[in-house]
Amino acid sequence: MLEIKHLTKIYDNTVLALDDVSFTVPQGQFLAVVGLSGSGKSTLLRCINRLIEPTSGQVILDGIDVTAAQPDELRRIRRRIGMIFQHFNLVLRSPVITNVLAGRLGYTNPMWSLINRFSKEDIAMALKQLDRVGIKDKAYVRADELSGGQQQRVGIARALMQEPSIMLADEPVASLDPVLAHSIMQYLEQLRDEGITVICSLHFLDLVQRYADRVVALKDGNLVFDGSPQEIDDERFKEIYGEEAQRIG
Amino acid sequence: MNKSSPSFLRILGRIALVVAIIIVYAFGLQVTKVDLEKPQEAKRQEQLTNILRGLAHPDLISYEIDRLTVDAPIIVPCTGTPPPIPPAEAGQPTISLSSYCAQPGEKITVTGTGFGPGEDVFIFFVPFAPTVKDEVELKLASNTVTTNSDGTFSEEVTLKSDRLSENVQKIRAVVNRRVGAPQPSEALKQTWEKIIETVFLAFIATTFGVILAVPISFLAARNLMLQVTSNFTRFMASLVIMPIGGYLGYLIVVKLAAVGAQLVGAGPPPGETALWALPLVGLAVAQAASSSNTFWKTIQRWVLAIIIAAVAVVLLSALGQLGRQTGLTLKQTLGAWSFFGNFLLIFSDAIVLGLPALGAFVGLFSLNPPMNRILEPLLPKLPRLTKRILAFVLAALAGAILFGLIAATLNWFYEFGELSQVIVWPAIIGAVLLAVLALVIDPDREIPTGMFVYYVLRTIMNTFRSIEPLVMVVAFAVWVGIGPFAGVMALGLHTIVALGKLYSEQVENISTGPIEAITATGANRLQTIIYAVIPQIVPPYIAFTLYRWDINVRMSTIIGFGGGGGIGFLLSQNINLLKYRQASVNMIAIAIVVASLDYLSAKVREKIT
Repeated sequence: MLEIKHLTKIYDNTVLALDDVSFTVPQGQFLAVVGLSGSGKSTLLRCINRLIEPTSGQVILDGIDVTAAQPDELRRIRRRIGMIFQHFNLVLRSPVITNVLAGRLGYTNPMWSLINRFSKEDIAMALKQLDRVGIKDKAYVRADELSGGQQQRVGIARALMQEPSIMLADEPVASLDPVLAHSIMQYLEQLRDEGITVICSLHFLDLVQRYADRVVALKDGNLVFDGSPQEIDDERFKEIYGEEAQRIG
Repeated sequence: MNKSSPSFLRILGRIALVVAIIIVYAFGLQVTKVDLEKPQEAKRQEQLTNILRGLAHPDLISYEIDRLTVDAPIIVPCTGTPPPIPPAEAGQPTISLSSYCAQPGEKITVTGTGFGPGEDVFIFFVPFAPTVKDEVELKLASNTVTTNSDGTFSEEVTLKSDRLSENVQKIRAVVNRRVGAPQPSEALKQTWEKIIETVFLAFIATTFGVILAVPISFLAARNLMLQVTSNFTRFMASLVIMPIGGYLGYLIVVKLAAVGAQLVGAGPPPGETALWALPLVGLAVAQAASSSNTFWKTIQRWVLAIIIAAVAVVLLSALGQLGRQTGLTLKQTLGAWSFFGNFLLIFSDAIVLGLPALGAFVGLFSLNPPMNRILEPLLPKLPRLTKRILAFVLAALAGAILFGLIAATLNWFYEFGELSQVIVWPAIIGAVLLAVLALVIDPDREIPTGMFVYYVLRTIMNTFRSIEPLVMVVAFAVWVGIGPFAGVMALGLHTIVALGKLYSEQVENISTGPIEAITATGANRLQTIIYAVIPQIVPPYIAFTLYRWDINVRMSTIIGFGGGGGIGFLLSQNINLLKYRQASVNMIAIAIVVASLDYLSAKVREKIT
């Protein structure tokens, strides 16, 4: 279970990105986070694994206070939180397999990392994860030779290497065409079915309504909606996205 | 009126501007002593001509010279009896004189036949000497005489007004004939030797520079260092513990190295220093015996690591000493291969000299992790007042140590007085300053420690980068003597600071996405650098390394002017000795090497980026 309590983030003492956001996500839920660009979705996701340091408030994962964790403990917590990104964030000059194995770094002795060594089990696991996302044949290809959809699959495989209990997905399909978007979303759905909590920020409401169990909506850093996707009618939509917004898709 | 006055002012302003510009240029020309009269002086023009002609005739090839001498007897002053004339050999050149005796200072005509056409003939007067060895040749004509197309010449020369003798003296004609194939000249051979030295000078300097610039570049990259923060209390604790750790590391390694040196019979005879390692072993045994829970396991692992490190230091020191001795012997016995012995000697010296520095460096950082392991879980549990007091005490200590060290450094430069007295007041002031800071600041406040390192390194790099290697080499030449080693040091130092900056800018330009992603996996900072940063910076690093190697080759050709060895040293010597033809060879070699490396490095850089 993930508890977000009074989470607030103020950038540079001036910009209020998150304003006292609280909600709780039970294990194994597919939670969609919606809102306009700049509404604080990315900040919220990054505060959960502290890629961004929250200004105040707490993030509690299975009873452990993530926000209070000291560096060593934080790294152990991060191992359990997978993350995929809008721009995939692969190391483009490295081979796919290295990118995937990087997901294992939290479990690897840093001394071995110095000589770029991973255990046999890790390599077998990486190939298995690549097989799972359907690009095992690309394992030894440089990451920049892959298409966008393939790169995002590498991103998923990398996150899965962490054996996460939560998967954070920051606009995972915003850089992909609709067909690819569905295939990526289906992988996330599978993870949910395996009991992994998925917290996914999304732009398209049809994707939300098709995949999410629950939606939270952010507007100017405030939580303005928390409920099931079906509850978002035109009125709610205008509340979240503003009066001028048009529903597309 | 209203309309005309602004335009009138504008004209006035323009006139003032023109006058100002004229004044500036007039002053500039005066200061720089531009003088168009001097270049027109005949004497200077002649000097210039000499230089340019010398440069246009590089001394590239030489021939073996066959010196042909032809003598004719003469008696000065006339005594009546003509000297015996040696019979002319058929086919050989001969000379005859208009008179076989003459008064001192008289003019006589020398006629030669049987020479080759167009040969240059020197005409000498050879006074009487008891043996051939004692003969001297005195030039009679200031220039050489050129033979006609039929191999004859005729020249009127004036005899010397002294050198009187009753014996037969000689008029001598000399022709220097080139024999055999052209050979590389002495200047060319020297140039070849020095240009090799130059290229390697640049190579070694670049290598040393790159090895040190790479780690520095990470510490001077804003985006990496911005993430490095430390809580105020922990930062103060680090400030206290780091100098202590560094000093202890140095002391321990020096002791251990002495033990190692004794093992191979170098250094002082074994005594108390060998015994010194014993408590360490005892400690290890005691720890190994008592290992039940995880805390003791951790301690045990630490002790084991320390013992391994200690043994490694002892062995390295022993190896270094052994290597030194072997290297010295090999250097004297290997003959042509002695450079291998030299390599071993240098390498071993580097180990022996580097060990204490390494010890200090490791010591500087090795006390931090265990301290953090204690402080990290402890600090959040402490009551607020205790935390404040702890921060206060640590800050005072840190201030005392920091300011004391700064005072000690300044004292070294300026020799204020006795060290123990000089550092007292700065230490007290530092303690008070940081203690006051600790009172104002929240002990849990995150301090951007990384940015301190960033600014210190950037300042150092910018300072040293602005000093040209040609200036630096002067200091190094005083330290290690004039020669290529001084050049290596100057170029190496400049390479470190220049590349450190260029490299770190490359680190700052990398895309942040992969770093974010790798950090999110739970990787630590080192792993993040290895997996997210390094793959992105390898190509630009290689490109900048080649670029710098290119610059270093160019710099190494002139570093000799400052005493740094290489071709520049030869060139400056040749110029000072007015040997322009030899200097010309040096300059051609420099041009070839610089141009070809320029081309090569551009090609390679094109390939990799």
